[in-house]
Amino acid sequence: MTNLLKIKNLHAVVENKEILKGIHLEVNEGEIHAIMGPNGSGKSTLASVLAGNPKYEVTRGSVLFKDRELLDMEPADRAKEGIFLSFQYPIEIPGVSMVNFMRAALNEQRKYRGEEQISASNFLKLMRDKRELLGIDSQLVSRSVNEGFSGGEKKRNEIFQMAMLNPTLAILDETDSGLDIDALRIVAAGVNALHSPDKAAIVITHYQRLLDYIQPDVVHVLYDGKIIKTGGPDLALELEEKGYDWLVNP
Amino acid sequence: MIEQQYIDLFNDYRDEIDANSVAGLNRHRDAAFEAFNRSGFPTSKLEDYKHTDVSRVFDGDLGLNLRNIPVPVDPYEAFKCDVPNLNTNVYFLINDRFYTNGHHQGPLPKGVFVGSLQLFSETHPDIFERYYAKIGDYSGNGVVAYNTMFAQDGFVIYVPENVVIEKPLQLINILRGGVDLNVNRRILIVAEKNAQVKLLVCDHTVDDVQFVVTQVAEIVADRDAQVDFYELEENSVKVKLLNNVFANQAENSNVTVSTITLHNGFTRNNYRFRLLGERAEAHIGGLAICDKEQHVDNYAFLEHATPNCHSNELFKYALQERSTGVFCGRILVDKGAQKTLAYQNNKNLVTSDEAKMFSKPQLEIYADDVKCSHGLTTGQLDQDALFYLQARGIPEEEARMLLMVAFTQDVVDLVRIDSLQDRLVQLINKRFRGELMRCGNCHVCK
Repeated sequence: MTNLLKIKNLHAVVENKEILKGIHLEVNEGEIHAIMGPNGSGKSTLASVLAGNPKYEVTRGSVLFKDRELLDMEPADRAKEGIFLSFQYPIEIPGVSMVNFMRAALNEQRKYRGEEQISASNFLKLMRDKRELLGIDSQLVSRSVNEGFSGGEKKRNEIFQMAMLNPTLAILDETDSGLDIDALRIVAAGVNALHSPDKAAIVITHYQRLLDYIQPDVVHVLYDGKIIKTGGPDLALELEEKGYDWLVNP
Repeated sequence: MIEQQYIDLFNDYRDEIDANSVAGLNRHRDAAFEAFNRSGFPTSKLEDYKHTDVSRVFDGDLGLNLRNIPVPVDPYEAFKCDVPNLNTNVYFLINDRFYTNGHHQGPLPKGVFVGSLQLFSETHPDIFERYYAKIGDYSGNGVVAYNTMFAQDGFVIYVPENVVIEKPLQLINILRGGVDLNVNRRILIVAEKNAQVKLLVCDHTVDDVQFVVTQVAEIVADRDAQVDFYELEENSVKVKLLNNVFANQAENSNVTVSTITLHNGFTRNNYRFRLLGERAEAHIGGLAICDKEQHVDNYAFLEHATPNCHSNELFKYALQERSTGVFCGRILVDKGAQKTLAYQNNKNLVTSDEAKMFSKPQLEIYADDVKCSHGLTTGQLDQDALFYLQARGIPEEEARMLLMVAFTQDVVDLVRIDSLQDRLVQLINKRFRGELMRCGNCHVCK
């Protein structure tokens, strides 16, 4: 099994407060990892640090992605290397149309791989295909990025972008929050359709519910900046039943 | 006293000023001169000019082409690099004179006059006299008085009752001169009942000398008339522009004015709108993109004189390097102007430590059943948006560009000519990238 991501002793602070206190995590190709844990345990911080959000400062540790140090890379280069973060709170960007945004992003990534710019007709076809996969209205993609989108539309739009950019490692930060059951099914089906043996995903969630639709290979519990328990899919069911208390205060 | 040399000049050359103009314009010079003697140029001691000392603009040795010595220029040659691919009828003012050798001008509806102010004052004396220097009240404004003293020609659009000019008109102001020059320009737009016209005014500097330009634009929108007046300033850093736009609006008229300052030196835009008839609607937009030591001051004074009128102002500034932006938005709602809707918004993006923005909303409301609001924000690029774009693979510098262009979008949206919107987005993009069109003899980007 080929290793894709190797996180070693990762520490990170935000506004002088240490949030990540030594994370170790390895993700191989083809795997789906779920990260669960109570509020404030550091799940979203981990996702943000991996994507390169400058608000978070890494103080120790390393993150190898395809054997290269991720922490030395600019956020855009991480994306071009194949990392995709589905934001917990997608940002509204008035004045930047979804179409221009996606075309710019896609072409930057193609340029990085030494490919030509996508033709207008191929781009439109790709947009249409991926839109249909996620059940997104054509009106939505002609608007400004996330502007005036409902909570569910924003989350669906994240997975739409993921489908457009076809990343190697997808990090889904509470993509299920704010979704009703139908939307959840569509989003999960989209994620599953995009998954393949040469890719991997890290699914951050509070609830077992999402994991009924996206089957994880490995489940981790993050608490107070560290992974305190790792197990198989059954662990998620156990957490659903017993909560986190038995792990936190054994 | 800075004014003295201009007072002397006016007295000494009065005969030549008159000889190279026409009676219609000459008739107003004495009263304007009196007003100028009283008020002089505004200085920063006046509250409304606190950050923009206009008098200093005139403190230099400026020539005036009062004898109308022909300026050698082929405007089609000078402007070819930047003419947007718009389907418009194109007209030129060379400095302050109407260029009479224009071509590529399609047919206009019957009764419409588009052309020289001098000629118009003779062919349509009644209309000229009714509005010229009347809408553009100079009694309390030294710059407008000064302009009225010296103005010898200008540009007119007259649209008679029920006539719609479908195709937008374009006026290109070309600044050309071998020495530092003062140019005093007039624009008069008269739209009679239920008439419609759209005008795009482009400023373009050809020569690398100092220009001090005063412009007085008078807009009359009669009942149900619709006037669109768009200005695109693309001047060199050596141009100082003192622009005054006046609009008088009758019942149910709609006037949209938008000024895009793409490149400039020193600019003061005064807007004086009077909503005189019920259900009149005014939209005023302004966008300034500045860097270096550029200075843009927009002063908007909008008066709701009757009930049920609607006004909407949106001014945006993107300031970089050591540039300065100034905005003052005064809205006066008269006592009887019930059911007024007046919205004002000023948003500023300041992306350097040295750039400065001064902003002042001023609402004076004497009616008790109105909806008025103003909003003001000054800040930097949204860091979350910047990261979001980067997280999709767009490099930081490119992400900044996208966000800066996006910042200008809603001002561009006010423009009601689709092809012009597209062109503006391209020009704004180039402006932020420092790639604004340069032609062989154009010094705009210096």
